[in-house]
Amino acid sequence: MIPTSHYLFLSLGLFTIGVIGVVTRRNVIVILMSIELMLNAVNINLVAFSRLVGSAEGHAFAIFIITDAAAEAAVGLGIIIAFFRNRETLLGDEMDLLKW
Amino acid sequence: MNALIEFVKPILVPLICALVIVGVLPLITGYIVLMERKIMADMQARLGPMRVGPHGLLQPIADALKLLLKEDIIPDEADKVIFWIAPLISVTAGMLAMSALAIGPWFQVADLNVGILFVVGIGALGLFGIVLGGWSSNSHYSLLGALRSAAQLVSYETAAGMAIVGALLLAGTLSTREIIMAQSDYGVWFIVAAPVGFFIYVVASIAETNRAPFDLPEAESELVAGYMTEYSGFRWALYFLAEYTNMVVVASIATTLFLGGWLRPFAGTPAFNFLDFAPSLLMLVVAGYSFYRAPKQPVKVQKLFMIGVGLAFLGLAGILAAPLSASVNAMLPGLKPGLHGAFWFLSKVGLYIYLFMWLRFTFPRYRFDQLMRLGWTFLIPLSIVNVMGIALALVLHRQWGWGHVPAFGLTTVLTLAVAGWLAQAGEKKEKEHAMAGGEA
Amino acid sequence: MLDQIVFYFFATLAVISAVLVVTRRNVVQSAIFLITALLATAGIFLQLHAEFLFIVQVILYAGGIMVLFVFVIMLINVDVSLHQIQFNRQWWLGLLLALVLGAQLTVAIAVGRSGLPLGEPAPAKMLEPSTQLVGRVLFTEYMLPFEIASILLLVAMIGAVVMAKKKI
Repeated sequence: MIPTSHYLFLSLGLFTIGVIGVVTRRNVIVILMSIELMLNAVNINLVAFSRLVGSAEGHAFAIFIITDAAAEAAVGLGIIIAFFRNRETLLGDEMDLLKW
Repeated sequence: MNALIEFVKPILVPLICALVIVGVLPLITGYIVLMERKIMADMQARLGPMRVGPHGLLQPIADALKLLLKEDIIPDEADKVIFWIAPLISVTAGMLAMSALAIGPWFQVADLNVGILFVVGIGALGLFGIVLGGWSSNSHYSLLGALRSAAQLVSYETAAGMAIVGALLLAGTLSTREIIMAQSDYGVWFIVAAPVGFFIYVVASIAETNRAPFDLPEAESELVAGYMTEYSGFRWALYFLAEYTNMVVVASIATTLFLGGWLRPFAGTPAFNFLDFAPSLLMLVVAGYSFYRAPKQPVKVQKLFMIGVGLAFLGLAGILAAPLSASVNAMLPGLKPGLHGAFWFLSKVGLYIYLFMWLRFTFPRYRFDQLMRLGWTFLIPLSIVNVMGIALALVLHRQWGWGHVPAFGLTTVLTLAVAGWLAQAGEKKEKEHAMAGGEA
Repeated sequence: MLDQIVFYFFATLAVISAVLVVTRRNVVQSAIFLITALLATAGIFLQLHAEFLFIVQVILYAGGIMVLFVFVIMLINVDVSLHQIQFNRQWWLGLLLALVLGAQLTVAIAVGRSGLPLGEPAPAKMLEPSTQLVGRVLFTEYMLPFEIASILLLVAMIGAVVMAKKKI
C-alpha cells in the first residue's frame, strides 16, 4: 500500500517543475507544454483523493481538467501560429507589443 | 524459484497469449503481404510472386531475410535517437493494442473494463512513430508525409470514434468480450442494426491505416515514400510491420463491434448448425487444391513442399473437426468454442482486410483537399447523425415499445437520407468552388 | 508489492521526463518527453484503479493534444530556435520563486499530513466498474458542468479557427 501523501509529493514535484518551465523558458511552445504538465499534476491529486475516499467524483473533475487542457492547447496553439505568422519568432519575451 | 512460479502462475495464460501475439503476428503480416501481392496480381491479370517456393509461398521469409541483411542507412543530419526509436513506437503501439482484443472466447490477454477504448487509444499512439520518423529524417518528403499523416489521422479518428460510439450504444459496455456477448444476446450482429456506422468505420479505418485510396502520407507519385523515404533495411520492415499490424487491429475492432467477433454466422439458429462444418471443409478444400497442384510443380523439392502444405491443412481440418464429435466435445468442452471462435474471428478479420485490398486496387488516390472535405463535411456530420439515429432507435424500442425491425429500419432510412443530402450539398459546393476558380 | 513497484516506477519516469521537458533545447524532444510524462501519469491512474481516466488520458492527452503540439511544432520552423538562448533574463528569479513555492507546498503537505485523514484508502472495489461510475457521476451530479464544458470546447474550437486563419 502506498500512502496518499506520496501521490501528493509526486504531484507537487511535477507541478513545481511545470512552474519552473513557465517562468524560466523563453520558447512559447515549451511554456504551453509546462502548463500542460501543471494541469496534469493536479489530476494526480484528484485521482489519489478519489481513491482515498472511494468515490468517482474526483475522476469527473479530472475529466473536466483534461477538457480544459484540450481547449487551452487548441486556442494557445492557434495564438502561437498567428503570432509566428506576424513576427516570425517563438520567444515569449519578444511578445512585448499589444498592437503594431 | 518458487517465488517466481508463484508470481507467474496467475498471469500464465495472458503471458502465453501475449507471446503468441508477438511471435505469430510478424509471420501473419508477412503472409498478408504475400496475399496482397497475389490478389493484386490476380486483379491485374498476372501471376505475382511465383519463384520462391511453390506459388511464392516462401516469399515473405525471403523478403524478411533480405531486409535483415540490407545495409541500415541513417541520414547524416538526422536526429539519430528519434530516428532509431520511431519505428519501434509504431510497432509497439500496434502490438499493444492487440492485447485487449478477444480472439475467440479463450484467447485474450486482458479483459479490460475499457477494452475497446484501449484498443483504439493505444493504436492511435502509433501515429507518433510515423510523425517522429518523418520529422527526424530531416527530409522534406518525409516531413510532408508525416504532416499529412497527422492531419489525416486526427480528422478521421473523430469519425471512426463516433462510429464506434454508435455500436457501443447498442452494446452498453466497453469490454470487448461483453460487446460480443451482447451481439449474441441480440441475435444479430451490429452491422445489421447500424449499417451506416459500419460504412463510416470502413472508410475512416482505411484513412487511419494510410491505405489507398487514402495513402497520401506515402503517395509514391508525389512524396517518393512519404514518412519512410529515408528508412531502409530492418527499420523500414518495422514500419511495414506496424502498418499491417494496424490493419489487423482496425479489422479486429470492426469484427468485434460490427461483425459479431467470434460468433458463427447465425449462431442462434439451429437450422444453420451445418455451418459448424464450414471450417474443416474450407481446410479440406485448401488441402485438396494443394494436392492437385503438387504434381504440376517443376522441381521435386517443390512437389514435396506442396504435399507438405496439403498435409498441414489436412491436419488443421482434422483439428477443427475433432470437437464436432460428441465424445471429444464431452472430454474437452472448451475446445469447440475456442477453436471455432478463433477460426471465425480470424476469417472475418481476413475478409475485412480483403475488402481493404479490393478497395485499394479499385479506386484512384484522393487529392488532399478532397480527403479533408470528405472527412470533415461528410463523414463527421454523418457519424454524429448516426449516433443520434441509434439513440433514437433505442428510445423507440425500449420506452415506446416498438419492435427492433421498425425502430432500426426507420432510423437507418433517416440516416441514409441525411447522408444523401450531405453528399448532394457537398457536390454542389464543389461545383461552385470549381466555378469560382479554386481560390479558397 | 507489485503496486509499489508500479507506482515508484511510473513516478520516477514522470518526474525525470518532466525535468527533461523543461530543460531540453529541442522542442520536439521536449514534446516527446511530455508524452512520456503523460503516459507515466496514465500508468499511475491505472494503479489508482481509475481505468476510464487512464484511457481518457491516453486518448485525449497523448493521442489528441500532443498530436496537436507536435503538428504545430513541425509546421513552424524550429531550426532557428535551436541556437537561441533558451532561458530568459530573469530565469534565476523565476527559478528561486518556483523553488520557494515548491518548498512551501512541501512544508504544507509534510506538516498537514498528520492532521489530514490520509489513512487507509477505501477498498478498491468501490471504484469498480470504473466506466459506469464515472458516467453516473458525470451525467447526474455534474450534468451542468459537463454541458458547460462542451460549450467551452465549442468556443475553443471557434477561437482556434479564428486565430489560425489568415483572412477571416
